[in-house]
Amino acid sequence: MPTVSVKRDLLFQALGRTYTDEEFDELCFEFGLELDEITSEKEIISKEQGSIKAAGASDVVLYKIDVPANRYDLLCLEGLVRGLQVFKERIKAPVYKRVMPDGKIQKLIITEETAKIRPFAVAAVLRNIKFTKGRYDSFIELQEKLHQNICRKRALVAIGTHDLDTLSGPFTYTAKRPSDIKFKPLNKTKEYTACELMNIYKTDNHLKQYLHIIENKPLYPVIYDSNGVVLSMPPIINGDHSRITVNTRNVFIECTGTDFTKAKIVLDIIVTMFSEYCEKQFTVEAAEVVFPNGKSYTFPELAYRKEIVRADLINKKVGIRETPENLAKLLTRMYLKSEVIGDGNQIEIEIPPTRADIIHACDIVEDAAIAYGYNNIQMTLPKTYTIANQFPLNKLTELLRHDMAAAGFTEVLTFALCSQEDIADKLGVDISATKAVHISNPKTAEFQVARTTLLPGLLKTIAANRKMPLPLKLFEISDIVIKDSNTDVGAKNYRHLCAVYYNKNPGFEIIHGLLDRIMQLLDVPPGEDKAGYVIRASEGPAFFPGRCAEIFARGQSIGKLGVLHPDVITKFELTMPCSSLEINIEPFL
Amino acid sequence: MADGPVAELLLRRLEASDGGLDSADLAAELGVEHQAVVGAVKSLQALGKVIEAELRSTKRWELTSEGEEIAQEGSHEARVFRSIPPEGLAQSELMRLPSGKVGFSKAMSNKWIRVDKSTADGPRVFRVVDSMEDDVQRRLQMVQRGQAEKLGEKERSELRKRKLLAEVTLKTYWVSKGSAFSTSISKQETELSPEMISSGSWRDRPFKPYNFLAQGVLPDSGHLHPLLKVRSQFRQIFLEMGFTEMPTDNFIESSFWNFDALFQPQQHPARDQHDTFFLRDPAEALQLPMDYVQRVKRTHSQGGYGSQGYKYTWKLDEARKNLLRTHTTSASARVLYRLAQKKPFTPAKYFSIDRVFRNETLDATHLAEFHQIEGVVADHGLTLGHLMGILREFFSKLGITQLRFKPAYNPYTEPSMEVFSYHPGLKKWVEVGNSGVFRPEMLLPMGLPENVSVIAWGLSLERPTMIKYGINNIRELVGHKVNLQMVYDSPLCRLDAKPRPPPTQEAA
Repeated sequence: MPTVSVKRDLLFQALGRTYTDEEFDELCFEFGLELDEITSEKEIISKEQGSIKAAGASDVVLYKIDVPANRYDLLCLEGLVRGLQVFKERIKAPVYKRVMPDGKIQKLIITEETAKIRPFAVAAVLRNIKFTKGRYDSFIELQEKLHQNICRKRALVAIGTHDLDTLSGPFTYTAKRPSDIKFKPLNKTKEYTACELMNIYKTDNHLKQYLHIIENKPLYPVIYDSNGVVLSMPPIINGDHSRITVNTRNVFIECTGTDFTKAKIVLDIIVTMFSEYCEKQFTVEAAEVVFPNGKSYTFPELAYRKEIVRADLINKKVGIRETPENLAKLLTRMYLKSEVIGDGNQIEIEIPPTRADIIHACDIVEDAAIAYGYNNIQMTLPKTYTIANQFPLNKLTELLRHDMAAAGFTEVLTFALCSQEDIADKLGVDISATKAVHISNPKTAEFQVARTTLLPGLLKTIAANRKMPLPLKLFEISDIVIKDSNTDVGAKNYRHLCAVYYNKNPGFEIIHGLLDRIMQLLDVPPGEDKAGYVIRASEGPAFFPGRCAEIFARGQSIGKLGVLHPDVITKFELTMPCSSLEINIEPFL
Repeated sequence: MADGPVAELLLRRLEASDGGLDSADLAAELGVEHQAVVGAVKSLQALGKVIEAELRSTKRWELTSEGEEIAQEGSHEARVFRSIPPEGLAQSELMRLPSGKVGFSKAMSNKWIRVDKSTADGPRVFRVVDSMEDDVQRRLQMVQRGQAEKLGEKERSELRKRKLLAEVTLKTYWVSKGSAFSTSISKQETELSPEMISSGSWRDRPFKPYNFLAQGVLPDSGHLHPLLKVRSQFRQIFLEMGFTEMPTDNFIESSFWNFDALFQPQQHPARDQHDTFFLRDPAEALQLPMDYVQRVKRTHSQGGYGSQGYKYTWKLDEARKNLLRTHTTSASARVLYRLAQKKPFTPAKYFSIDRVFRNETLDATHLAEFHQIEGVVADHGLTLGHLMGILREFFSKLGITQLRFKPAYNPYTEPSMEVFSYHPGLKKWVEVGNSGVFRPEMLLPMGLPENVSVIAWGLSLERPTMIKYGINNIRELVGHKVNLQMVYDSPLCRLDAKPRPPPTQEAA
């Protein structure tokens, strides 16, 4: 969930009233926001870097507000205020208009070289805008929030904003060999080639996270004006030449990306939010983008879409009984201008370009419910009549674990993920023999594989509890995972039961007795015949030679029991003899 | 029969005494160790009100072993004085005497002796006075006679500095007659025996009272893990509410069932390497239900079923990628897909509680794996009010009655609501679960009828358990590093029971 931090006093000024922290928290809750933290720059710096560094910082109160991940229109002060003011019916939602320029339209021409790296671009102009320090900061901050969220850290979309008065169109969006791109980037004093820049930015804490997007590509995306001035090298950095300042009056915005839909949404959001400060409020000057196939499009789209939803559908989905007129009013408060049409049961809803999150009638239903107030909805129980069933494997597990505890063993709960070493080296087995599934992106060795046996988890539990009085008698009934090409995903869980006895003597007879008890519980008699169970001398690298037996029940091998090999005991950092038992309980379903 | 000869003697003396007697005095009179008298006092006390015994501590002066020696033999300086003949003694010779060094300097400072350094064969020591009084010996003998009190404070402290005298604290009992005093105390039996039962002798025997303040001996037993005890209770709650348990025994899932089937777009951040464990082997799912996959693909990329869709290029390769499921909703999707294939549609209520995996940065409240609790209801005409109603019943079974709901965003539910409950301890509203109505873009491609709604909610198993058992660090609850003592000591899980009151300060 993105967090937007706004200055409290600026927010209240824009809302036209003040709130106590509790009142504002309540308003947020109702609207689906969360007032996450009340802080100040000083407090933040002092928390992160100590109070000495924070000495000069501002102590203006900041509200940190969590915004739902799909509401890009609430990612800046301007949007938050507009959303809340409409919600509280203090203003009407503004209408955003795309207008043609008095003179020539700004043109951005895409060349075909971009196809393999970053094929889409859209553009628009904010004409006669008036920034202040606060507005300017908010403008920059919104771009950053969009980059981090909908733009997926610039991988899908990257935004460039430029002082149009320093440039001369038409603009060309192309891709070139890195060595052929040379310009003075933002915040640098001289020109560098793209190769040099990528090297420099490897140590830049902010920019290094974006380098991978183009790093190994033969061509890098780049935008030029008609004089060969570099506007930007998306998605990394803008040129210094066209940088915007508080004094910039005309802003050229370009968004390049790999996802056309998202590029259009991002452009719409930026221009709808900041056209508020244009001389002609809420108007955006169009720009033309020519695609390599020669087709030409005008942006921003600023499309208004109409949906018709039946009032009784909304009532039925939410569980309320409101008149169509009331529902239309509720929706209008959610920035969705609505009116009753047709037979009087239909509501026509206008979806503005700021609400790209509305893609289905269910999104409209939700907004009606939010405006109605979730906590005003009458709670009722569904009449759905059903007979409950337990999942048989879990039912058996529940029964067994109670009787395992009754037999004097203590239940442990260990991780399903572990290191290769745990299931292989430490048990004297080669990893290839385990048929384990392997994780491709573990952050640490603890999460290399899914366990193929429960034993390592139990032994690690003992190792962490060596101070406890002996004997330790532990068990776990849980799932292990084995590769299996007969399943749709290529792997299968098996429900295992594992028990260990750890004491000054190996206590094989105790573990053996536990097996006899488990078989008694499962109603499997001892004996060679098909219905019974036997143990037969066997061997395994985890067991002491001559002290291992394989368990056969109902005609199939279900596991092993025995005295653990001293090497295994040592590798798990244990010092006492130990016997263990591990079986698959699925044959007993 | 008395409880040992000392106890018997004690009772006789006490009977004859006027008011009471001191245990140390008695020991001295009887010529036994004081400890033997104390033992007799304690065994008589255990009989009830036979005697009263009041603990007293008295301070007493005693000679050290060196002090005893001096009381006997005289002080070192006296011994030095006595060893010097009238013609004097060579100093070197004097120093070799046992009391030489200490005695010499003390005798010098007492001006009993002098040293002549002018003699030819080294310094010689001569008496200065003809006789002297050995005060040290005299005083020590007084202490021996129990007259330490007659010595002055200064004199005592000087003797103490010379380590000849020490002050010891003696704990003694002042014993007096109890309300049930008798000199003929018979020995009490400790336990009932089979012989007593068969002979009936128990009728005539007094029994030693039990000390009910002592702790009992805990039984040898096995124990269930606290988190799994809570899991059992949640299963029980769902079963009481008529919910059927879904199969969730598949930790490995394809991206398709984990994300795509839930209408979670392929660029969603949850599908990032940073958040999800993907598999190297087996890297890809072998089979997917291709008809259904096509419908999912179309819904994502172009829309349909009344939806605009996400309008991006949906890739099968991305859907095939195997992972460790990030939620049990993948299992719910499989179950709902199976439900959709059954015609005609039958309403259903499902639940599951099982492990899910996140490639998270670990801290006190986050682990790479945890348990998710999920409830799902599929029926015609379900409303948001129904969802809230069922959540109210569910949470009231956990003992949580104050609920409120906050609008939220989940990729696969719309409307979505976070569930908050008022925490009286923290005095604020805390999030206890997440819920919503599954999106039509998820349900309709499965083949569920259009007028069927599916409401669902989820929460983690660990969080309520940590609150229940007062555990702050999740690593103290789950995994191999837990302290087994915590498992041994954990109480029953009764979710709707009132928490135990905080311990009260005992009057010290």
